Amino acid sequence: MTGSTAIHIRNLVVGFGNKTILNHLNLDVREGEILGLVGASGGGKSVLMRTLVGLLPRRGGQIDFANVRKGERSWGILFQQGALFSALTARQNVQFPLRENAHLSPRLLDEIADAKLEMVGLSRADGDKFPSELSGGMTKRVALARALALDPALLFLDEPTSGLDPIAAGEFDALIRTLHRTLRFTVFMVTHDLNSLQAICDRVAALADGRIVTVGPLSSVLESDHPWVKAYFHGARAQTLGFGT
Amino acid sequence: MLNVPVLTANEDDPRVLAAGGAWNVANVEVLERVCARAAGADIGAIDLSRVTALDTVGAWLLERLARGGTTRAALTGADGAYGDLLDEVRGLNRSEPTDHGSVNPLLEKLDQLGRGSRRLVTDSAGFLHMLGAFSAALFGVVKHPRSFRLTSTVYQLGRVGWQAVPIMALITFLIGAIIAQQGIFHFRRFGAESYVVDMVGILVLREIGVLIVAIMVAGRSGSAYTAEIGAMKMREEIDALSTMGLDPIAVLILPRVLALVVALPVLAFIGSLAALYGGGLIAWLYGGMSPAIFIARLHEAVSVTHFEVGIIKAPFMALVIGLVAAMEGLSVKGSAESLGQQTTASVVKSIFLVIVLDGLFAVFFASIGM
Repeated sequence: MTGSTAIHIRNLVVGFGNKTILNHLNLDVREGEILGLVGASGGGKSVLMRTLVGLLPRRGGQIDFANVRKGERSWGILFQQGALFSALTARQNVQFPLRENAHLSPRLLDEIADAKLEMVGLSRADGDKFPSELSGGMTKRVALARALALDPALLFLDEPTSGLDPIAAGEFDALIRTLHRTLRFTVFMVTHDLNSLQAICDRVAALADGRIVTVGPLSSVLESDHPWVKAYFHGARAQTLGFGT
Repeated sequence: MLNVPVLTANEDDPRVLAAGGAWNVANVEVLERVCARAAGADIGAIDLSRVTALDTVGAWLLERLARGGTTRAALTGADGAYGDLLDEVRGLNRSEPTDHGSVNPLLEKLDQLGRGSRRLVTDSAGFLHMLGAFSAALFGVVKHPRSFRLTSTVYQLGRVGWQAVPIMALITFLIGAIIAQQGIFHFRRFGAESYVVDMVGILVLREIGVLIVAIMVAGRSGSAYTAEIGAMKMREEIDALSTMGLDPIAVLILPRVLALVVALPVLAFIGSLAALYGGGLIAWLYGGMSPAIFIARLHEAVSVTHFEVGIIKAPFMALVIGLVAAMEGLSVKGSAESLGQQTTASVVKSIFLVIVLDGLFAVFFASIGM
């Protein structure tokens, strides 16, 4: 919204062994936007995200975060499977980052955790459940609450709607939209869900052959000539959703 | 950015407070102190025009202050960007926290005791159930020998048998050596050193050889079985097998337990030999008894009966270890913690049962005169 960049990626190279996954990739994520990243399965979307958050080493290139001081974790990450700590209840999962990074009184810790759970649409009773007792949609919601625990300026979402039914996926999209409006974070979202791209993404970036081949609002991405992008948005499944017509 | 948050009373009207600075999680300690001081007073309004940063924690603390008085305080002058957040927080935490209530410690202890006793019953039932399911699967295999999973059984045999040989031989060798050394040291006072051969021979063949090996197998292979089966349970692999019309007991547990039943007597045999070797070596090096005399004395002291008593127990111990491991593996719940708990329970229970079984066999053999 301010137009400045939240993440500035230049000439990023990532590979394993003799295989190069990301080849001199350039991308700017603007502050306050919701950026959707699409790409073929195994094409390096998750690799890009994991490299950005420091889980994978890079061979070359530059990644700069605005407003992120060195060593300070001001991002939240929603992993594809939720990655909730199975030994902790939902509430304790949300409290975990707060407990580790700030000194809150036990009362405030409980109140904030309950508030976050309520923000993602869960009840107080759900907070006492263990991850193994939660449904897929609830797991994603708890994981989102945990990612938002410290009110990060930057939120990474790895396929947030995968494994959800269309209604739950739609609700989750709406939830991200609402939270984005209230908490004003930047979202970097890896997704395959064409509905999500249409419903909540301000801009869409397409990853193919190890680099970003096109980036912009969905309408401009749809006009791209790149063969993979064409196949993606003008394929049979996309057609039924009214894309590319 | 690190503006210290403040909350001051208006000079003209003490019911109006002015908040300023960064009301975010980074300053939460200061915030809690500031709010604790202001809480309880009757607050008419809080002016937020000098707040430079606001996140959920700050917004909630303001909301809590606003709710604190007899009438709701107004939150005024907030930067437009924070309006949505304040509105959102206004609707949160409205339901009363559920009171879990205090528990009488005596009742709690009784409760634990009761649950523990019931668990003893359900555990025994679980073991019998597993034994029944295993027998049924075995019967199925006898009826249709083609359904037997030979490859899997041989693979498991390699893991729990062949690969375990070096460590089992080493441990039993050391145990045999230690028994012989202690025997020689103490028997020397009575001039009865030569009886150390009897002691080592009988003790190793009847009891120690098989017992040590069974305990080692419970720790090495029983725990691995529980962890494997438990992980499969967690990832719904067991359910997948059932839905394909396959019996998880026949596919996963039968080959594992059979491999153990075959491997444990072999390991016990190798272990006993290693222990006798260790005993003989110490008798020669420490006690000055030549190997020829040791072997001659051993020949007189032990008979095949002693060996039989030891080795007959091995397959039963293997069965107990395998069934306990399978039972605990199948009762793993979703969490990683549960996997650890069941693996521990598997090892503890199987070692306990192995020793109990050994005692029962001792009574049995004594009464039939073996």
